[in-house]
Amino acid sequence: MKIDWKSYHHDDFYDEIISSSGRPQPGASTLTKYLASMKPEELKQRKDSVADAIKTMGISFTVYSDAGNIDREWPFDIIPRIIRAKEWSATSKGLEQRLRALNCFINDLYNDRKILKDKVVPADLINNSGNYRKECEGIKPLHGVWAHVCGTDLIRGADGEFYVLEDNLRVPSGVSYMLENRNVTKRVFPELFENYNIQPITEYPSQLFDTLADISPTPKDYPEVVVLTPGIYNSAYFEHSFLAQRMGAELVQGSDLVVENDHVFMKTINGLSPVDVIYRRIDDLFIDPSVFNPESTLGVKGLMGAWLKGNVGLANAPGAGVADDKIIYTYVPQIIKYYLDEDPILPNVPSYICSDKAQMQHVLQNLDKLVVKPANESGGYGMLMGPQASKKEREEFARKIRANPRNYMAQPLISLSTAPILGDNGVEPRHLDLRPFVLQGSKSYVTAGGLTRVAMVKGSYVVNSSQGGGSKDTWVVEDTK
Amino acid sequence: MLSSVAERVYWLGRYLERIENSARLMDVYSSMLFDLPGTTDIGWGVLLDITGERENYASKEGRIDEMPVLKFLIADQSNYSSIFSCMKLLRENARTTREVIPAEAWEQINDLYLDTKASIGSSMGRQARRNLYDTIISDCQRLGGLLSSCMSHNTAYTFIQIGRGIERADMTTRIVDVGSISLLPAFKKYGQVGHYMEPFENVVWMNILRSLSAYQAYRQHIHNRVKGAEVVRFLLQDEEFPRAVNYSLSALNRYLEQLPNHEEVQRAVLRVKRITCDAKVYSLLEKGLLDFIDELQISIADIHDELSKTWFGPVEEPELIEAVVVPKAIKKTGSKKTTAVKTMSKVPAKAKAKAPAKTKSKAPVKAKAKSSPKAKAKSKARPKSAAKAPAKKAARKK
Repeated sequence: MKIDWKSYHHDDFYDEIISSSGRPQPGASTLTKYLASMKPEELKQRKDSVADAIKTMGISFTVYSDAGNIDREWPFDIIPRIIRAKEWSATSKGLEQRLRALNCFINDLYNDRKILKDKVVPADLINNSGNYRKECEGIKPLHGVWAHVCGTDLIRGADGEFYVLEDNLRVPSGVSYMLENRNVTKRVFPELFENYNIQPITEYPSQLFDTLADISPTPKDYPEVVVLTPGIYNSAYFEHSFLAQRMGAELVQGSDLVVENDHVFMKTINGLSPVDVIYRRIDDLFIDPSVFNPESTLGVKGLMGAWLKGNVGLANAPGAGVADDKIIYTYVPQIIKYYLDEDPILPNVPSYICSDKAQMQHVLQNLDKLVVKPANESGGYGMLMGPQASKKEREEFARKIRANPRNYMAQPLISLSTAPILGDNGVEPRHLDLRPFVLQGSKSYVTAGGLTRVAMVKGSYVVNSSQGGGSKDTWVVEDTK
Repeated sequence: MLSSVAERVYWLGRYLERIENSARLMDVYSSMLFDLPGTTDIGWGVLLDITGERENYASKEGRIDEMPVLKFLIADQSNYSSIFSCMKLLRENARTTREVIPAEAWEQINDLYLDTKASIGSSMGRQARRNLYDTIISDCQRLGGLLSSCMSHNTAYTFIQIGRGIERADMTTRIVDVGSISLLPAFKKYGQVGHYMEPFENVVWMNILRSLSAYQAYRQHIHNRVKGAEVVRFLLQDEEFPRAVNYSLSALNRYLEQLPNHEEVQRAVLRVKRITCDAKVYSLLEKGLLDFIDELQISIADIHDELSKTWFGPVEEPELIEAVVVPKAIKKTGSKKTTAVKTMSKVPAKAKAKAPAKTKSKAPVKAKAKSSPKAKAKSKARPKSAAKAPAKKAARKK
């Protein structure tokens, strides 16, 4: 299993480590030389020790299946992905810009609705949105921010540029894996950290805490911040617990909280104790059974009332999801222009919206070339991968689109960039994306890099961990060395 | 500290102690059976009585023999008191309290679980079992040391220690039980206590002391040769030896005082302490220790009820209130029903509450609940997290 870069071929795809000429990309040569210099036994030993470290550290995620929920070890590839600092600094400005504009947009939707009146975004898109919450109308959260934590999915096309694939404004997950990936890499390749100037990512939990503290109804040095989890059988429970631990916040379930006189308290061994800010990792519709889904046992009765009265901070705010709808996504460039009067720094992937008749016709005629996505699903569910789908699947999807055009958008299949993974037979290219995490309170913050997700199956574009994806440590490296 | 977190770290402490002591108990009992002639015919079933698992075992296995009994007590996942089941629960409680325990502690617990899982998958012969007991005991000891030296001595730590204290007191009484039960067959053969019994007595009590790492402490303290009554008195009433019941209770009491509203719990602890210290060991030994040990175990279970009422509530489910009321009835009528009460104090109900996702777990727990009204009330009263998992599933579908 010795690494031989000469036998590494990534066809026409942009590769993160090896350029089309076969030479390492700028910044990657130290890594490729180092890996090529390792003896096969040594390489295998490092790979095994990663598996052990992940097992011991208990880095896991839960997979739902008919046979019950299984805790799986986090699938991790040991070769890091490298992004140059210069490129990253431009990208992160683009990410900040995007989230700022989206927050203006959400705040506008629930208040003045100027953007609809100016017909920049069609009003019926909002009125028909499954993620619009009437209950939130007229609310102005602190700093005008609704989405405090955003996970933006970026992909790199054949031209080597980053494109935004989607924004996740509800309960984006994955940041704990980003942090743990770095810890694992430090255990396995400590030598590499000497030769590279890698931007640290460890401050994320304190940045998150600061962002959350910013929305405490009464200003405090250390407001009582809690992480609200659906519970230990949620697929992201590991992350909830991880973030609570790193922030020094309490990890609570709905049953640990109670609302009295529109104030939120947690049940402690000393009795009830007030809560200032809730970082909720439960979907909108489950946070308060008295307002939303009455059958929810995950939420807290009266929580919405407490939030509406301004007695507790909620991140992300209920209703923020209205802006991560995949149809709204197609309007984000105009949204940025409208609120900030700036040109978007990061481009969208070209998209067709089916609610527009002409565009729908185009989509239906080209289903074999397009990726069709429903407006409100996440985790890669409910999608049609046109080029790989069978005729029958395409026909079925065409029916779905005609029945509910508002619910669908389509994009050409972007040839996702690749990076080498260490397989049993040496290095092989696999497709990947990148999810940086963006925070906004009174200030903005973007992680250095983010979570790189890899499709571990050859040729596959599906990077979701729930569907067999893996991940890599992501290094933003300074160019100087 | 959140009540729910307090409850989980308390159980973390209990399972940690239970695992170590179960390994000690099985180790001592096995080595004793090899020492005592003519006892192997009744031998292995006694272990089921001590752990309170005879009924449960009978419903699954027919034959009482070394291999199936020990497999059942060590590795059987459908037995909620097996060492491996306890280990799963220990890990589950640690996994859900990672935000309050040191990362190294979680990693060690995880390793202990993974290693045990690997070793029970392979050989379970006598030699392999010996090694397994040794590993488990020393790993638990290491974990205890890690907690005491790397974890802030805060409220979470206090709850872990309270859990360990209660469990240790309970398990020591069970190990003392081994002594008196093991001598029964010899009694039957040789009649009353007399000099025929002496060699057996010696072997038995020496083994008991060794299993609790107490031999040296006993010799330093008692300066006497090993005698049954002295050993029992030492293990129940000594004030300096950490595994003695009396000492465990004093330590428990000190930890309680660090918590708010501890008075009722403290009262329950002091009651057990009185029962322990007032015992006239010599005369008890003549009548047989069994009833006394049962009484002690029931009153230890009362400490748990009292503290869960004080700190782990308030609980909305009406059933739990029932659970708090029921034990009084058991106390009056149930002192002879040793098995049931012991099963209860081994808390299978908790196993269910902590591992609700495993649908398989339902049947055996229910079966067990029949044997004890208290256990039944409890297992019903704790659907807390169980109720949540399906709710989330529904959420996903929508």
